[in-house]
Amino acid sequence: MIGVNLEIARTHLLAKKRQTLVAMMGVTFGIGMYLLMISFMNGFNEYLEDTLLSSTPDIHIYNDIKTDYSHSILDQVSDTSRMLNIVHHPKPKDITPNIHNPKQIVSDIKTFDNILAVSPQLSSQVFYNNGPVQIPGTLNGVNIMEEAKLTNLQDKMKTGAIEDLMKVDNGILLGHGLATKLNASVGDLVTLASPQGTSMSFRVVGTFQFGIGSLDNIRSYVSLKNVQQLLGKDNQYVTDINIKMKDYTKAKQLAAVFARKYGYKSEDWQVANASAMVSITIRNMMTIVISFTLLVVAGFGIYNIMNMTIQNKLKDIAILKAEGFAGSDIIQIFLFQSLTIGLFGALLGLILGYAMSYGVYNLPFPKNEFMSITHFPVTFHVRHYVFGVVFGMLTTLIAGLMPSLKAGKIDPVAILRG
Amino acid sequence: METVLRAKKVNKYFYEPEEFHVLKDISFEVRRGEFLSLIGKSGCGKSTLLYLLSTMDTDYKGEIEINGTKLTGQKQKQLAAFRNEHIGFVFQFHFLLPEFSALKNVMLPAEKLNKYSKSEIKDRAYEKLRMLDMQDYAMKQSSKLSGGQAQRVAIARALINDPTIIMGDEPTGNLDTANTQIVFDILKDLATNKGQTIIAVTHDPEFAQKSDRIIEMKDGEIIKQ
Repeated sequence: MIGVNLEIARTHLLAKKRQTLVAMMGVTFGIGMYLLMISFMNGFNEYLEDTLLSSTPDIHIYNDIKTDYSHSILDQVSDTSRMLNIVHHPKPKDITPNIHNPKQIVSDIKTFDNILAVSPQLSSQVFYNNGPVQIPGTLNGVNIMEEAKLTNLQDKMKTGAIEDLMKVDNGILLGHGLATKLNASVGDLVTLASPQGTSMSFRVVGTFQFGIGSLDNIRSYVSLKNVQQLLGKDNQYVTDINIKMKDYTKAKQLAAVFARKYGYKSEDWQVANASAMVSITIRNMMTIVISFTLLVVAGFGIYNIMNMTIQNKLKDIAILKAEGFAGSDIIQIFLFQSLTIGLFGALLGLILGYAMSYGVYNLPFPKNEFMSITHFPVTFHVRHYVFGVVFGMLTTLIAGLMPSLKAGKIDPVAILRG
Repeated sequence: METVLRAKKVNKYFYEPEEFHVLKDISFEVRRGEFLSLIGKSGCGKSTLLYLLSTMDTDYKGEIEINGTKLTGQKQKQLAAFRNEHIGFVFQFHFLLPEFSALKNVMLPAEKLNKYSKSEIKDRAYEKLRMLDMQDYAMKQSSKLSGGQAQRVAIARALINDPTIIMGDEPTGNLDTANTQIVFDILKDLATNKGQTIIAVTHDPEFAQKSDRIIEMKDGEIIKQ
């Protein structure tokens, strides 16, 4: 009958309160630290992914210039079967980096499922003139409302508003770092020079900050028409098509579809941010390894304590067996003890983990000019907490099972005969 | 009187440290209500025999039958259930569970048997303690009892399921003369008035003389019964 076994187990636990508590604390601490680690690491990863995703499109279609130098016009005038034509250092000629027929491609992309926004762009290297100093950077000609859907630009504005780009003639949105370097604020005029030598003046209507220094220091947005004007191109001239999806995890497959269909290079965000993705994977791995170690150490603690308890209770086990308790009853008695330690330890661990995560969440992040972050990023996912309890219980079950099975096999005669 | 225990050609060997024939062709019978003393010099095999009869040691050849049930060859789990219902034990040392009260120690085997309700078990445990004049110590933690008191509680525990046989391994070995007398009288009373069989291993010749029947062993054989 299970009732008696539970009662004996409970009495054992309560008789050695301090030992029970120490064993529980091992589990509590293990699970608490696991939760802190996973919440913090997960929060950081999500923050990073978020930043990356808002600054890189889910899919980026562009004309990756590949020039085929295997044939030469010389081949047509000389007999190649008898001689070899060698051309030193060939250069491309009459190649344009733009995407042909962008309007048709954009409207075609919009017919696909799972597409949130499509933004055709014309980007160019430019120089920002700051008195005699020229600062290199990139200029993105965009339809600002489509672009805002891609990057959530409206949330990243430090001054001004994105709508002003459409209201003001020759308006420009500057990256925060760039604006600081140019010492420009809303209402000021900045002059840009294209690689071809043409130049234009723009009026600053706002500044933005992605929180990524390499973007905020060089990027600016103007209307598509203005860049075409600056570069002296027609109004069909577009170099990039950026796509935002409803579910960005599907970007990889769709990018391959686009590449095949349109014949242009089509890159998904994971490829574009390969190094960052690797660091996320490594951090996840580290989190798992450390959490696992913590829980296993807690498991060893329980294993030790249960072994000790059983060693101290050999006589009790022997007399219980003499009284008619079977080996399975003895196993139940000791397994119940370790499971109780595991359950209460795990529940306390949840509280500890939540408290520590909450504490970290409320820590202000060291002030940083380049990062748009005020607090440590921490996530609170129920699945982490559920996993913590389940894994904690599992560890204690395994740790308790070995000594309990041993206790069940104890031969009472050897002990009772003394 | 009917036979409650039957041992047939029981043989036992020890293999450690070297092979040794402890019990040689032991056969005997015990009747209901008999008070039997097992005597003999140290190492004669009397305790080994008792533990075979107790069903806790199953490593032997031959056959043992209690209450008409053949116990040889049964599974550990069934033997445990059989012990629980039919056999009560009293050892030289009391072996009470130290964390529990005297009352709870007496109740545990009955709770394991699960034949009576909790309140009935409690009443029965009190009744057994009263028989041994220990009712005043019922709520006392067993680790705080004196040797004689603890032994009496241990006897009450052995009686709780009204077992057919009460087995004692030097039940008075640790007691002074007064307590030995008390314990003997209780056992005698159980045998005479309740019809319970007592099998006790003892070194005390006086204790053995007062019992109904003596089996004397020497070098693994019964030399007198």
